[in-house]
Amino acid sequence: MKINVQMPKAIKLGIKIKNENHMIICGLSFLTVIIFITLLGPFIVPNDPLSANMSERLASPSVTYPLGTDHMGRCIFSRLVIGAQATLGITGLVVASVVMIGIPIGLVTGYIGGRIDSVIMRLVDGLLALPEFILAITIAGFLGPSLINLMISIVFVKWIGYTRVVRGIVILERNKDYVSAAKVSGSSNWKIIRRHLLPQIISPVLVLAALDIGKVILIISSLSYLGLGAQPPAPEWGAMLNDGRPYFQTVPELMIYPGLAIFFVVLSFNLIGEGLRDKLDVKRH
Amino acid sequence: MLEINSITKTYDTNPVLKDITLSLNQGESLGIIGESGSGKSTLARLILGLDSIDEGEIIFQGIRVQHKRNSLKKVRRHVQIVFQDPASSLNPKLPVWKSVVEPLENYPDTIPLFLKEVRNNKELMAGMLFNKVGLSQELLERYPHQLSGGQKQRVAIARGISLQPALLICDEPTSSLDVSVQAQVLNLLKELKRDLNMSYIFISHDLAAVQFMCDQIAVLKNGTLLDMFRTEELFSEIRHDYTKKLVGLALKDIL
Repeated sequence: MKINVQMPKAIKLGIKIKNENHMIICGLSFLTVIIFITLLGPFIVPNDPLSANMSERLASPSVTYPLGTDHMGRCIFSRLVIGAQATLGITGLVVASVVMIGIPIGLVTGYIGGRIDSVIMRLVDGLLALPEFILAITIAGFLGPSLINLMISIVFVKWIGYTRVVRGIVILERNKDYVSAAKVSGSSNWKIIRRHLLPQIISPVLVLAALDIGKVILIISSLSYLGLGAQPPAPEWGAMLNDGRPYFQTVPELMIYPGLAIFFVVLSFNLIGEGLRDKLDVKRH
Repeated sequence: MLEINSITKTYDTNPVLKDITLSLNQGESLGIIGESGSGKSTLARLILGLDSIDEGEIIFQGIRVQHKRNSLKKVRRHVQIVFQDPASSLNPKLPVWKSVVEPLENYPDTIPLFLKEVRNNKELMAGMLFNKVGLSQELLERYPHQLSGGQKQRVAIARGISLQPALLICDEPTSSLDVSVQAQVLNLLKELKRDLNMSYIFISHDLAAVQFMCDQIAVLKNGTLLDMFRTEELFSEIRHDYTKKLVGLALKDIL
């Protein structure tokens, strides 16, 4: 499994980053602000994000509409804030399910090995041969456009990476003396997995998940942009990008605002993920 | 107590143990000596059921060691091990006292005499075991990387004796330690043996240590049992040539 390593984006922004702690703090502060806004969303939005007002379409920023309106005369600011709930909520659910599926399968296949391991790993290799984004599009398209199907398709392509990482660590650890010692101590396989192997995979999975959240947000937004995710008029950042596309040359703000929102969320998770990776000294698998 | 009947073990196509037959009586200790690659550690793993036997059988107190949960669980109640490298035989993510009481958790019905009064309290049991192996109670909550090599090996020994096993297998318990600590650990092992009435299978390439610990010595080379004798017969004329060579080398080390 390759973890996509990019230069910390904050360096390009000119923020001085001395060490991993600064990266984590920087990412966490961005994230706190974003989560705060998301949670307070329904109370601070100035307008109903769904109410269209054709007489006010494509309006410039004003007191009533802080970031202006879109092609249907809906308040962009309100849609962004409410859309954060959809984007972040789905991302959270997707990453949680992926971890819940990927960890147990990786632990069991890695520890037991043998035929089960071979069967599952051939399946995984087969899936890995296809680019994950294309696979997600195919599945989402096959299941039909809806948020639930979007989530299913992303979970389906994402669990593989976690299973591989977890399995790799387990295979490395299971032959160490402390696992033999646990067997001799009379511990059951289940206890060995839970007590001795699970703690070994927590930090690498944490890092992988933090780095992956950014990617998942991008996939959700991309699929929504393609019309396979959130359905109009529901606000979602990717869907908003899609809505703004026809006006790209005349009113680029329609795409710039949701694009910036995605950018900052992805940035903060990447900062946290990379900071954690350096801090916990997780080797790449 | 322990009978090993003509066992053979092959990894891939390399024979590691060839037709080994050994037996050990209650209360006696057996030293197994041989250079690295002679199959000593494999023999230990087979006795504990950590690897499967290709041919032959190992019988411990009437129970055949085989890959069935019941058999292994019964055997391991009475046979424990101290590994060579304490750095890898303790889980780095657990405070050491948890590693020490793990066997006691898994055998709730086993009540070693020296833990009788505290059997229902894990922390107190760990404390008692630490006392037994000469470790300070302050180290209970430490993680393995916060202990020295000798301290870690003492922790591993505490885990090994926690069930008061009939047989403790020591797989080169001192070879990863500093010379100054080696003697302390050997003395501790000898003391515990007398105190808890255990038998040892003491695996080593150090003839002096084996002679110090054991009643009988078996010499392994390339998976074959070359020689087996009582410790006092070590210098006898009828010893195998290879044994004599080992004795010669050990004497040279001393001189």
